[in-house]
Amino acid sequence: MAKDKQTGYEPMTSIEAITAGLDTVGYISVSQISTAVFLAHGLRKPILIEGPAGVGKTDLAASLSKWLNLPLIRLQCYEGLDEGKALYEWKYGKQLLYTQILKEKLNELLGGAETLKDSLSKLSGFEDLFFSPQFLEARPLLHAMQQDRGSVLLIDEIDKSDEAFEAFLLEVLSDYQVTVPEIGTIRAKVPPLVILTSNNVRELGDALKRRCLHLHIGFPDHEREQRIVRARVDGISDTLLNQLVRFVQSVRETDIKKRPSIAETVDWARTLLLLHASTLDEAFVRDTLNVLLKHESDIAAVSPALGKMVREATGPDGRGRLASGYPDMG
Amino acid sequence: MEKQISNFIRALRSADVQVSTGEALDAARTVAMIGYDDRGLMKDSLACVLAKSESEKQIHDRLFELYFSSAPAGSAAQSAGAGSESEPGEDPEDAAERLSQLTQQGNEQALATAIERAAEQAGLNDIRFSTQVAYFAQSMVRAMGGEQLQARLLEALQGRTPDADAEAQRLIDVRRTLTMTARERAERAFQIFGAAETEKFRDDVAATKRLSAIEASDMARMKQLVAKVAKRLAVKHSRRRKRTQRGLLDVRRTMRANAGVDGIPFNVIWRQKKKDRPKIIVICDVSGSVALYVRFLLLLLFSMKEAIPDLHAFAFSYRLKSVDDILETMEFDAAIKKILREIGLGSTSYGQAFSDFKMDHENKIDRRTTIIILGDGRSNYGDPRLDLFRDFAGRAKRVIWLNPEGRALWGTGDSVIPRYEPFCAQMSHVATLKDLEKAIDEVLTAYS
Repeated sequence: MAKDKQTGYEPMTSIEAITAGLDTVGYISVSQISTAVFLAHGLRKPILIEGPAGVGKTDLAASLSKWLNLPLIRLQCYEGLDEGKALYEWKYGKQLLYTQILKEKLNELLGGAETLKDSLSKLSGFEDLFFSPQFLEARPLLHAMQQDRGSVLLIDEIDKSDEAFEAFLLEVLSDYQVTVPEIGTIRAKVPPLVILTSNNVRELGDALKRRCLHLHIGFPDHEREQRIVRARVDGISDTLLNQLVRFVQSVRETDIKKRPSIAETVDWARTLLLLHASTLDEAFVRDTLNVLLKHESDIAAVSPALGKMVREATGPDGRGRLASGYPDMG
Repeated sequence: MEKQISNFIRALRSADVQVSTGEALDAARTVAMIGYDDRGLMKDSLACVLAKSESEKQIHDRLFELYFSSAPAGSAAQSAGAGSESEPGEDPEDAAERLSQLTQQGNEQALATAIERAAEQAGLNDIRFSTQVAYFAQSMVRAMGGEQLQARLLEALQGRTPDADAEAQRLIDVRRTLTMTARERAERAFQIFGAAETEKFRDDVAATKRLSAIEASDMARMKQLVAKVAKRLAVKHSRRRKRTQRGLLDVRRTMRANAGVDGIPFNVIWRQKKKDRPKIIVICDVSGSVALYVRFLLLLLFSMKEAIPDLHAFAFSYRLKSVDDILETMEFDAAIKKILREIGLGSTSYGQAFSDFKMDHENKIDRRTTIIILGDGRSNYGDPRLDLFRDFAGRAKRVIWLNPEGRALWGTGDSVIPRYEPFCAQMSHVATLKDLEKAIDEVLTAYS
């Protein structure tokens, strides 16, 4: 796939290069994620990322833009989001202001006209002046198309938008072009790298899914989570890190409403570090559990077994048992 | 390799994963891009391109493992294949010799290749049902020159000398190995191409079977099926909550939207009609024969929480009780058992149930409520309390009565169904899961 020299996607030569590159900006990737990014670039298709909240869906886009040194253009979706806010708008105020300023000039120009018909035909010669690219307010989607070196376009929480908007996105995502009636079709100079995220609030339409590569990011395994926390939290000791991740992993296995994700693990690690904890102990965990679990009922559900879970997380053989997936015999 | 990919896509399609032509092309481009040396990488990449949800990814991964477990054959078939073909005029001696060569230790690769070729000749990819496995295995053995082997074997058996006996034994072993290998290959092909088809067929049968005739062994299948139906209905009905009414200007929102442009209405906003969210009250007769249907109705409705946020369930045989708590806190099967045990006793009285409902829960009915009643309307000659029923029907949006009894029996014996019928928007006979689906679909359509 021949690309222009100027695009910012050049570092994405192989899957390993992507993993290594993301690593340099502190995003610990796995092969599935890197593969999806590589394919998205190669096939020029958007990636649709699904998965629980806080596992690094949005962060992938941010890290990619940081690594490739490309602008990150973000479009947060919500109910009622429309073309005007996503694509472009006419700068009405500027148009009005310019008309006012140019009034005299216009009078001068139109002064020569004798009849109404004459002035109208003269005026229609200028009309396009006010509907030209300089009066066009680019919203995220158009903005992403206008980048010279390409960009990372993040369409966040697409499932929160209306179906009408989803349908409207199809043109943008499959052809990387938008149509402005007054100006014409604007084609992307360099197709942006598009990342859509979804929390599955509603089922997305088949048409949209078909245009995207599908990537599911789940909760990380022990090793990856450790690496992520280490990358995100400075100065955490290996002992605490190991114990903390083990504890979080075991919490995820319990039957609770909202399982803690990486974002919560990182927050908790920071909290513990702030409290100068060097190892996990039950009292500490109990006091700071609200950082990890966001529902009162979840805290209540975990509390009774807390002592045991902490002991297992700090115990010498805990790691092997969790990793090999043996059922907990108590 | 293209053939491999297209066959793989066919396998996916038969397992209910929708793969469009565009995606098939993408898959081919993907493989061209990443190559097929690294199996794990290929699996991740194809999953990324072909699967569009978590469940589809699981199907994909399973099929990938099955399908590409014989992957080397793809490249080996061309190189080593030439010698292993059975030629029509081949001497039985040669054929037998060639086949016994194949089954020797150390020739696994050549055997696999020959099997692969035979599979192609026998059209193995068209396998649909498990009963075809033996047939296809036979065809494969024949394609490899099984007949010549058989002829040679017969010849050896007639020899009646120790040498001939040993030869016969050897040939029998060869034949057994070949048949077994072919059978394994056919089994795998069935897993890839046919298993999903068979499942679909069984599902179709189960969906149209009378719910009361479902056997315990089929319960697991029914549960999955109900989940599928629930998902289908939920997807259909949890969308499109608003509809624009053309021609009715929303003055307030238009002014607000155009405040930035001097109040000149550039963007006109029309008034939208908000659709009601479905609100459903189910009243179930849990006595004897109806109990089985209650189980499926509740399972269906409670699997659709996302489409029906406002759902209340009541059960009665003599006295009526709310069962929301039980259903929400307990595991479904245990909950149903508990309901049947606690409420399912006593002789049925619709009149008593309705008056209980009026006493305690009447305020739950409003103009958005659909009341679904599941029961046979056999009230043991008690007062049917038509006055109360008329009152409920007047206050609710609709009353739907689902009756597991056939229409011919309505009104016979102690059935008071015909007397309730005038107040119901709909009264239908439900016997199968399909009927249930249709009824709930209609209820929800009334809200959209």
